[in-house]
Amino acid sequence: MSETAEHTGHHIDVKEFHPRAQAAIHNPKIRKNFRSAMDGLMSKRKSAFEGWDLETLRDLGANIRMRALANLPDLLEQLEAKLTENGVKVHWAVDGDEACRIVTAICKARDARTVIKGKSMVSEEMELNHYLEEQGIEALESDLGEYIVQLADETPSHIIMPAIHKNTGEISQLLHDKTGTDLSNDVEYLTASARLQLREKFMNADVGVSGVNFAVAETGTLCLVENEGNGRMTTTVPPCHIAVTGIEKVVPTMEDVSGLLALLTRSATGQHITTYFNMISGPRKADEQDGPEEVHLVLVDNGRSTIYQDDELLDTLRCIRCGACMNHCPVYTRVGGHAYGTTYPGPIGKILMPHLIGLDEGRHLPSASSLCGACGEVCPVKIPIPDLLVRLRQESVDGDKLHPAKVRGHGAKRSSMEAMIWKGWAWMHASPGVYRLGTGVASKFRALQPSKAGAWTDYRTAPKLAAKTLHQRMKERGQ
Amino acid sequence: MSSRETILQRLRNRSGGELTAPECDFSVLERDDWTITERVERFEKMIESVHGEVHHCTEDAWMDRLAEVLATRGARNLLIAKDHEIGQALRNAGRDDLPELLIYDEPIESWRAHLFNEVDASITSTRGGIAETGSLILWPTVDEPRLMSLVPPVHIAILKASELYTTFRDAMKAQNWAAGMPTNALLISGPSKTADIEQTLAYGVHGPKELIVLIIE
Repeated sequence: MSETAEHTGHHIDVKEFHPRAQAAIHNPKIRKNFRSAMDGLMSKRKSAFEGWDLETLRDLGANIRMRALANLPDLLEQLEAKLTENGVKVHWAVDGDEACRIVTAICKARDARTVIKGKSMVSEEMELNHYLEEQGIEALESDLGEYIVQLADETPSHIIMPAIHKNTGEISQLLHDKTGTDLSNDVEYLTASARLQLREKFMNADVGVSGVNFAVAETGTLCLVENEGNGRMTTTVPPCHIAVTGIEKVVPTMEDVSGLLALLTRSATGQHITTYFNMISGPRKADEQDGPEEVHLVLVDNGRSTIYQDDELLDTLRCIRCGACMNHCPVYTRVGGHAYGTTYPGPIGKILMPHLIGLDEGRHLPSASSLCGACGEVCPVKIPIPDLLVRLRQESVDGDKLHPAKVRGHGAKRSSMEAMIWKGWAWMHASPGVYRLGTGVASKFRALQPSKAGAWTDYRTAPKLAAKTLHQRMKERGQ
Repeated sequence: MSSRETILQRLRNRSGGELTAPECDFSVLERDDWTITERVERFEKMIESVHGEVHHCTEDAWMDRLAEVLATRGARNLLIAKDHEIGQALRNAGRDDLPELLIYDEPIESWRAHLFNEVDASITSTRGGIAETGSLILWPTVDEPRLMSLVPPVHIAILKASELYTTFRDAMKAQNWAAGMPTNALLISGPSKTADIEQTLAYGVHGPKELIVLIIE
């Protein structure tokens, strides 16, 4: 599937956000699919938290994640030691390419031809499927949504519900074209067909690749959250299981997991818990009848240790990938996940992707927001997403002397003209005489004020200056 | 320098200085200690809301109920543990109203296709359950391997009411999970399902289509 290249993360020009967003806004199908899905997810989340002291629970979630991040290097070492003791091989990758090379090397050492995959956003970030295909290894997604998206040669449009942009008719047509199933709008039938197709694949795959939701340092346990059972299949049936995860996913104790799990599934899909919560602490023991004989964990940095350096940006690493921020985002709901052109769409993508791809390529991401604050209000680990968006906006125009920009590609949106105008603006507002003169002159010539101001007035009326300045009116009133 | 050292060094030499770890107060997860009856009620309500099926049984009569359940499904066979008391009891019962009993006592490699294509149902024990979320706790063993609860289309689990915990946190504390975990541990809350096609729920996507819990009271 070499065409995949143009659909995966970096091969899409992220800078072309505006035309893609425009196209999505004028596409009634996208609008309808996302609107109904997001409305459903929002109301399910709300009812799942009924009876909970949600603020206190979110405080706990935030504190668990902050405590883990505060001890991150120690926890990673503890996790590595414990997993090694349990018989799991631990690998470290500075970036996505290195992680792909590690996975490929494990596959090649086993002469693996086929890889079955459970859902993993980090593997999307690494573009693992594409890499494996190039190495002659077939990589098949097994999560139903991911399977559909892969058959369509697309990327996920939502981190929890990858095929949310497609409706039943389209999926039926796709399965018919690619796998020969009958055309049908019966979801039971379509699901059963995929079950049959994928069972064959599970049985014959040489390697299973999965993500990780939480890695527990204390016991050396990899936790996976899922509903379908494909994650369990992937991590149990093939003789080798490779888990890939970002370095930030480690927590100290199982107790921490109890707090985060309570938040994760309710925030994501409004479920009190998912069908399966799979905890893996080692490969098959000599006397066991099933389970993989080899288990590997690939710890992927890919920009995370850079984010880790900064006190504000660090908060991004608390994320537990629930997707609540996108479910509640008025922008995401209208443009859908593909408009962003990034692995992680929506609010979390807007604060995470600039670090992964640089603010040069991701320059429009922090601005693709109305700063309404919904994402920050629903975030189960209280990531101040709106504040971080503002911070990244500052970085994209290179900030100021008090806040030197740090993110790679900072200043990409800076225009010297705009900078000069704002400098003048600031000077005028700090100099009363100039201000009075300026506003006085502007009021006098207000008839010359243009009624159009670029894109701003496409859907708005241009503001009109008052006939008299506030100072003039106050003076007239004798005050 | 290895990638491991590069990453760890960058994290250790954090330019923003050392971070302070906040306190974590878990009391928000605590529930009043429900009685066994309340736990059973809650468990049943929760697991039924996600398509699980619950039968109340006694120590003496669970096998009758099992036979009925299997008969209504037309199960041709039932996968059981070799040594666990449930498997032992079934084998020793010598009942003719039960389907063929299969034992998972060989490595998966030697009978994978048979397990995937021919086995209709399985029965496993549990390590208790969680009332709050309607979850079963399973620690697969040599005797009850991991795929028993995943591959057959019908999974039947035996849960002792006395082993129902109120919350997940209670369960892991009572069983001292922090001291060490098995190669694989599971919480199972209902049959396998997906909503990936236009948010329409469909059961049995990769794992069992039915989850039947026999609660022994």
